[in-house]
Amino acid sequence: MRFLFKGVDFFPHDTRWKIIERRYIFIGLSWALAVLSAVLLMTRGLNYGVDFKGGSLIEVQAKAGGIDIGELRVRLDKLGIGDVQVQAVGTTGNEALIRVAQQVPTKDLNEEKVQGAANDKVKGALGETIDVRRIEVVGPTVSAELKRTGVIAVIASMFGILLYVWFRFEWQFAVAAILALSHDVFITVGMFSLLWYEFDLSVVAAILTLAGYSINDTVVVFDRIRENLRRYKRMPLVELLNLSINETLSRTVLTSVTTALAVLALYVFGTAVIHGFSFAMLFGIVIGTYSSIFVAAPFLLLFGVKRDWSGPAVKAPSKSDAAGKGRRENVASK
Amino acid sequence: MLHFTRWKQIAIVLSVVLGIVFVLPSFFAKETVAGWPWFIPRAQINLGLDLRGGAHLLLSMETAEVRKDWLDTLREDARKRLRDAKIVVASVGVANNALQVRVGNAEDADAALKELKGLAQPTGNIIRGFSGTDLDVNKAEGGVIIIAPTEAGLQHRITEAISAAIETVRRRVDFTGTTEAQIVRQGSDRILVQVPGLLETAPLKELIGKTARLTFHEVHPSISAEEAKKTRPPSGFRIYPGADREEGDQLLRETPVVRGDELKSAQAAFDSQTHEPIIAFTFNGSGARKFGDFTKTHVGRPFAIVLDDKVISAPVIRDAILGGSGQISGNFTVETANQLAIQLRSGALPAKLTVIEERVVGASLGQDSIEAGKVSAAIGGIAVASFMIFAYGLLGIFAVIGAAIHIIFVLAIMAVIGSTMTLPGIAGIVLTIGMAVDANVLINERIREELRGGRTPISAIETGFTRAYGTIIDSQLTTFIAGLVMFWLGSGPIRGFAVTLTLGIMTTVYTAFTIARLLVVWWLAAQKTRKVEPPLSYTPSASLKAGSTRP
Repeated sequence: MRFLFKGVDFFPHDTRWKIIERRYIFIGLSWALAVLSAVLLMTRGLNYGVDFKGGSLIEVQAKAGGIDIGELRVRLDKLGIGDVQVQAVGTTGNEALIRVAQQVPTKDLNEEKVQGAANDKVKGALGETIDVRRIEVVGPTVSAELKRTGVIAVIASMFGILLYVWFRFEWQFAVAAILALSHDVFITVGMFSLLWYEFDLSVVAAILTLAGYSINDTVVVFDRIRENLRRYKRMPLVELLNLSINETLSRTVLTSVTTALAVLALYVFGTAVIHGFSFAMLFGIVIGTYSSIFVAAPFLLLFGVKRDWSGPAVKAPSKSDAAGKGRRENVASK
Repeated sequence: MLHFTRWKQIAIVLSVVLGIVFVLPSFFAKETVAGWPWFIPRAQINLGLDLRGGAHLLLSMETAEVRKDWLDTLREDARKRLRDAKIVVASVGVANNALQVRVGNAEDADAALKELKGLAQPTGNIIRGFSGTDLDVNKAEGGVIIIAPTEAGLQHRITEAISAAIETVRRRVDFTGTTEAQIVRQGSDRILVQVPGLLETAPLKELIGKTARLTFHEVHPSISAEEAKKTRPPSGFRIYPGADREEGDQLLRETPVVRGDELKSAQAAFDSQTHEPIIAFTFNGSGARKFGDFTKTHVGRPFAIVLDDKVISAPVIRDAILGGSGQISGNFTVETANQLAIQLRSGALPAKLTVIEERVVGASLGQDSIEAGKVSAAIGGIAVASFMIFAYGLLGIFAVIGAAIHIIFVLAIMAVIGSTMTLPGIAGIVLTIGMAVDANVLINERIREELRGGRTPISAIETGFTRAYGTIIDSQLTTFIAGLVMFWLGSGPIRGFAVTLTLGIMTTVYTAFTIARLLVVWWLAAQKTRKVEPPLSYTPSASLKAGSTRP
């Protein structure tokens, strides 16, 4: 084989960025973001979608031409069915989402009937030129259940991840990983509050996935820390963590890039239904990568780690390993 | 790591061939696939309602009604039992979800307790080893015996009621001519109805939203409903409201003469004289006998036809009706008469069902979603592939081939196990395209690092695969955990996402460690005679270049 394309090794190597030494900058930034999220969630809350709030969601499309959102809003406001939100979606300008609040049941009409009547009013007001493409009606029992299930799911999966990391590493790693993970989830949720994007069931699915995915990068870093702990038994922890982060930098970033590319395609070309989902994933990948590099390891430093790894190194060190070991340990003890 | 036995190689190639064979049917029309010879698999991936369009209705049963009905039946049973045992009953009432029986003479209380204990049925659960009765029968102060349904007993009744309701709903949906509807139980007291292609759900909801419990009652011979409202209705009688203004309230005996479940048939028809829409019905044998006996003794007096506790008509009996057939009139339109006939034919629901969640997607939106899914999968795929080839050259191509085979595997497995593809499911697949090559990034970066460390190409590849293995397993397993949680707790579309995500993780690990590695092995074998070039470009470590000291 004459010609062999070997790819472009564009990512900088041999970096020795002093990330751990500057940890207070990153920890400060993370705290700031977390506090901002908390404040937003407490004062503003989340823009719950129909899954969690109950009520109805109606997606409509004009048969020809565009939809005059303002005019439609005025028309629907006159129906006397409480809060009606109209939002343009898609790029063509002929699609819109209409949200009708949960209707209060009356003596004659139960929750189902009263919501159905409100939906019929909206459908009637749309006229002949606008088609209904999707209707979602969620009653109060179901929305309350979905909310509870969503919370349980997030907690259960974080707990599962905690147990797994604990089992594979040491408790310090598990706790640091879970803290970094909570950081990612919390700030992502805060972002949904800030941007006032709709928070529905698919966003919860994205958050669960992001919980599983953001830990990937953290595990890559932790794996290397463990490997280096076995290799450099006397290197100061700060230096060892720094070395591990720098060594795995290309990996941590590049794995995120590939997934981010795929999710970006979803975000740009997907329909309105999965817009929130792909945004949460995209943002989650970015914040997850950030936390794997800048947040997880500093937490590890905070808790300290066991230095005496009784197991042998992963593999009998080869010549270059041995050389590297001697060399680096010399540097470390200087 | 860089050795595969011949058998292993054959097995891996075979797995890919099988994947392709099983995924093929999903890319052809159903009709085409049906004509294929028997040895080619025909299972196709099911499309969820959000992709093919249709209605999803979640119905909840009013369990309070089940309890009330049970207590009503119990009341009759308790009276009958004590009457048979010649024990005088002062009153039987319902309070605090329990039946309170007061015997006439306090001395009879013990005998009555013994009798009434006979009402309780054992409820057992062999699996859980639990056994008990469906009723708690206890003696209270002053000759009162309290019969309270137990939780297990109530659950048992609800389970039975839901099973019966599913049958009834199925019959009603079938009568509308809908074929592909899926009606399944969900949780303890819910029914999920999924009808592909249905956009206008109002008629369906109307049809399944009515209990359609038809009863024929005796009207109180002397007291009118108006009079009874001022005083208390006499024991055993109750005021039933009229279905509309024309049909006023009636004072009726609570225990019906005949119930709708004794109907043999019900048809919408027209009255021969007034030409109004009516429902013509026939009772079965025992129903006809009961109705015959009743009408024989009540000639000249009115009886009431009651639907869902509302009086729809109260005609006067002119003659004994012995043939067991009759007609119901009561301000019907052709449509409502038809609907009621269907409801009566399919039997009454054991309790009222309400729609607590409804999701309807039009077929055009579903089609758009599929198109958008295809576009984002294609563009995401191309972007990821370009990146991988740019960064890793030949090894990048191997990774892309692995990722392509991963998608084939996910789709093939979904077709074989018959799981449903939803829009979030498509998102899951696009996501796993990105995640599939993650494993390869980890391996390739490790190989690069080992090359930089001064290893020979073969040794670097070997070490790269070995060392990356643990990391990959660790990182994929955590996402897998999240996927499992989603699968257990999620519903509908989310479950579809969980399916593609968890399947995708399994197949990415497989393809990264077999397909990509096998391709590397083949590539190495192909240049056996020459000196192996490093497959990846790398910048030698600065520290190695400079000798033994670190800059």
